[in-house]
Amino acid sequence: MAKITPEDSAVVVRFAGDSGDGVQLLGSQFAESTALAGADFATFPDFPAEIRAPVGTTFGVSAFQINLGARRISTAGDQPDVLVAFNPAALKVNLPLLQKGALIILNTGAFNARNFAKADIAADPRETGELDDFQVIEIDISAQTLEAVKPHGLSKSDAEQCKNFWALGAVLWMFGRDRGPIKDWATNKFAKKAPEVLTGNIAALDAGHAYAETAELSAEIPQFVIGEAPMEAGEYRSITGAEAISLGLAAAGELAGKDILFCGYPITPASSILHHLSRMGDLGVATFQAEDEIAACCAAIGASYGGKIGVTSSSGPGIALKTEAIGLAVQTELPLVVINSQRGGPSTGLPTKTEQSDLYQAVYGRNADTPVPVLATAGPGDCFDAAIEATRVALRHMSPVFLLTDGYIANAAGPWSLPDMNDYEPILHGAPPKPVDDPVALKKAIWDRSGESLGRPWVAPGMKGLAHRIGGLEKDVETGDISYDAANHQKMSELRAAKVAAVAKFIPDQHVEQGPLKGPLAVVGWGSTHGAIYRAVSVARAEGHDVAQIHLRWLNPLPKNLKELLAGYDRVLLPEMNMGQCATLLRDKLGLDVVQFNKVSGQPFKVSELVAAIKDSMPAAQAKAAE
Amino acid sequence: MTKPLTAKDFATDQEVRWCPGCGDYAILKCVQKTLADVEANPDETVFVSGIGCSSRFPYYMNAYGFHTIHGRAPAFATGLKLANPELDVWLVTGDGDGLSIGGNHLLHVLRRNVNMQIMLFNNEIYGLTKGQYSPTSRPGTRSPSTPAGSVDAPVSPCQFALGANAKFIARGIDTDAKNLSPVLKAARDFQGAAFVEIFQNCIVYNKDVFDGFVAKKTAADTQLHVEHGKPLLFAKGTKGLKLNTQTLTLEIVNVGEEGVPESEILVHDETNRTMAQMLINLPMGDFPMPLGVIYREPSAPSYDAAFWAHHATQGKRTGKVADALRKGSVWRKS
Repeated sequence: MAKITPEDSAVVVRFAGDSGDGVQLLGSQFAESTALAGADFATFPDFPAEIRAPVGTTFGVSAFQINLGARRISTAGDQPDVLVAFNPAALKVNLPLLQKGALIILNTGAFNARNFAKADIAADPRETGELDDFQVIEIDISAQTLEAVKPHGLSKSDAEQCKNFWALGAVLWMFGRDRGPIKDWATNKFAKKAPEVLTGNIAALDAGHAYAETAELSAEIPQFVIGEAPMEAGEYRSITGAEAISLGLAAAGELAGKDILFCGYPITPASSILHHLSRMGDLGVATFQAEDEIAACCAAIGASYGGKIGVTSSSGPGIALKTEAIGLAVQTELPLVVINSQRGGPSTGLPTKTEQSDLYQAVYGRNADTPVPVLATAGPGDCFDAAIEATRVALRHMSPVFLLTDGYIANAAGPWSLPDMNDYEPILHGAPPKPVDDPVALKKAIWDRSGESLGRPWVAPGMKGLAHRIGGLEKDVETGDISYDAANHQKMSELRAAKVAAVAKFIPDQHVEQGPLKGPLAVVGWGSTHGAIYRAVSVARAEGHDVAQIHLRWLNPLPKNLKELLAGYDRVLLPEMNMGQCATLLRDKLGLDVVQFNKVSGQPFKVSELVAAIKDSMPAAQAKAAE
Repeated sequence: MTKPLTAKDFATDQEVRWCPGCGDYAILKCVQKTLADVEANPDETVFVSGIGCSSRFPYYMNAYGFHTIHGRAPAFATGLKLANPELDVWLVTGDGDGLSIGGNHLLHVLRRNVNMQIMLFNNEIYGLTKGQYSPTSRPGTRSPSTPAGSVDAPVSPCQFALGANAKFIARGIDTDAKNLSPVLKAARDFQGAAFVEIFQNCIVYNKDVFDGFVAKKTAADTQLHVEHGKPLLFAKGTKGLKLNTQTLTLEIVNVGEEGVPESEILVHDETNRTMAQMLINLPMGDFPMPLGVIYREPSAPSYDAAFWAHHATQGKRTGKVADALRKGSVWRKS
């Protein structure tokens, strides 16, 4: 078979099997080889919701999707071009995702009556005609693997475990990738295991590679040509959103010269941040697993009160529980970073599915007028800078800050250009005042806010001569003493609003990511829709549509120039993975009406959906529709 | 050399706003005097409270203070203590704040053994919200929310603490500074979560609810001041507690010529959990009220000390983010 150079320079590959088939490892190693070959990529693991679902069932299917290309890749891809299915359940679950003509590699070793029954499949799909639209390659990967590792003396179950390496070998051949780095990685990974585990897996890797190469002679297995993608020169690594947020927090601590105390409570999909940070002790980070979400937030505030950077993290239901404590941090003017890894709701909702669920909660979701700055991450690599920025604002303004991310960003990975830590400004906060004897003068000094940021000095217990009391009761604007005075409450309420508004002085003007500065249509997005919107706008522009892309990092406050900028477009299209929360926000804060495009299916936007929405929203199409 | 601080130096310029005659005044004075006695440093002392009458306490103490939200003070204090284990942290809570809305956090701060003093002012009523019954109210308590009397069984603060595996459990009475102050000093010296239940008189909503053992006239017969290594005697040494080995219960016996020799009276061992349990479980009214340090297990490590001892680098910054970013597989594009 001839070598295939895809039309749009990219291929989407999906690996699917049982939780125990090692598809996540297979996928991440394939991504690694893609990276080393200089191609761009985006990955998305699709875990089952169950921890250990029964083997062979459809709800136990685990998948890993990667979009790799010789061009900029901004999403994990709409529809797979290649599916590697380790069992019938994996085929059944993933077949509807494929586009016609896709290549399916089936592990026929698992295609038997027992597995059909487990997956509730009535007839062998290879014989029903349902695969007619696809290019199917049948390989008994199980048997091939057992044969290949036989000389290494592994038990049958251990030997079967090597089939992901066999498949990896075959796929590496299909994309012309080098096996060397994978072998080095495996040598390291299996260093503490019995030697036959390493040799068996390497044998499987080589056998899969050789099988594909040999099969090529009979023109069975195609080869794809995905060359280097144009990327800026520099160092790169692959990173997930959860890793990048964790490293970003550690970096923020370093830039502030303060330690991080992260207080969390396990919840999907936020827990991975707690796990990553718990391994960053040497970077001035400590983690505390509290008894519940409320305690996690309160302990983080206690840590900030004590002079460390308090950080807490959760997902929507947990954030709801933290809400009262966040109000206290606003009231006492203490720094706090609150990370929300959003997921489908309401209530417990869809814990493993992604949704831009909690913008209302972050911006509006507290008792009383309790404004909090809110920003959102745009993708895995962006999480690093976003975490630094959230911390910077928390310390500068002495306020809690919401950092919104989601399940998709937390688990997705892509190449990340390593930042130079010297490029970042130090993170500053108000310095504690000098002690004075007069108690009233001392109190005034403790609440002497910066004229520009309205942040107060950060005074922690243990500091000499600065003992004072703080609390949730309304306080006098100057002395911090409890105050029920009417005029004072008015002043304090205005001050809290002004403080969050002051954040806008420090954030850059909103820029246009691609397309014209004025024109018929702007697509505005926030959060994890960035990649899909980027690609959709690129595609639409290539097809001649004069559309612009604008991506919001700051949701509260909005950038100063946003209203004026958006007024330059005839229409604003706002795709969101919710029922229109950002649309409400723009109507509220800017008095601007937008065209909503909402998807609340627990799945990210497909590029094709967005391209269609863009075309429909172009004024020309609208005019035609009106005729 | 600056002159030593007095109780007055621990008072603030804020007007104290408890009801006249409230037991909280006496506790406040006792704590201020105790801190002066032990030469505490206000700059390193922090009072953390939740919500309720008792939780106004920090505003009146010339030290650092944090009046937080309802029931959650233990969580704030835990975060604070982890951030700076050098601080001398005092938690002020009540029967509603600590055992109703905040029961969960009280459980965890005790079982973790975070090094702080926990003063639970028990008045068996909700004061700040105007008199509703609380989780320590006795069955049948008539209150605005239970006009026909409450029906639920109360929780005993010290039983709760022991069940949560607290390592220091003590009791005192608001107006009895002579005995309360040494208990507070012992609590402060203890390296862990020191739980002190203070019987506090709510003069407006639950006046004299503890009169059965607090009233001065009968105190000698109704209070049992326990002391490690000393026999459990009361009524000026004429009565004591003896272990009935048949029923595994404590019983009151006369001591001396009319009764048993003092050698048969149980000797208080504050490290004995079983004894602590028996003392805490003594039915109110039938027995004298045990006061003082009932249980102390000094060998247990405090959570804050263990937290940092087990930290990868004991809290020291030894690495650089620039290096951490480059751990694992890094490739170059040219």
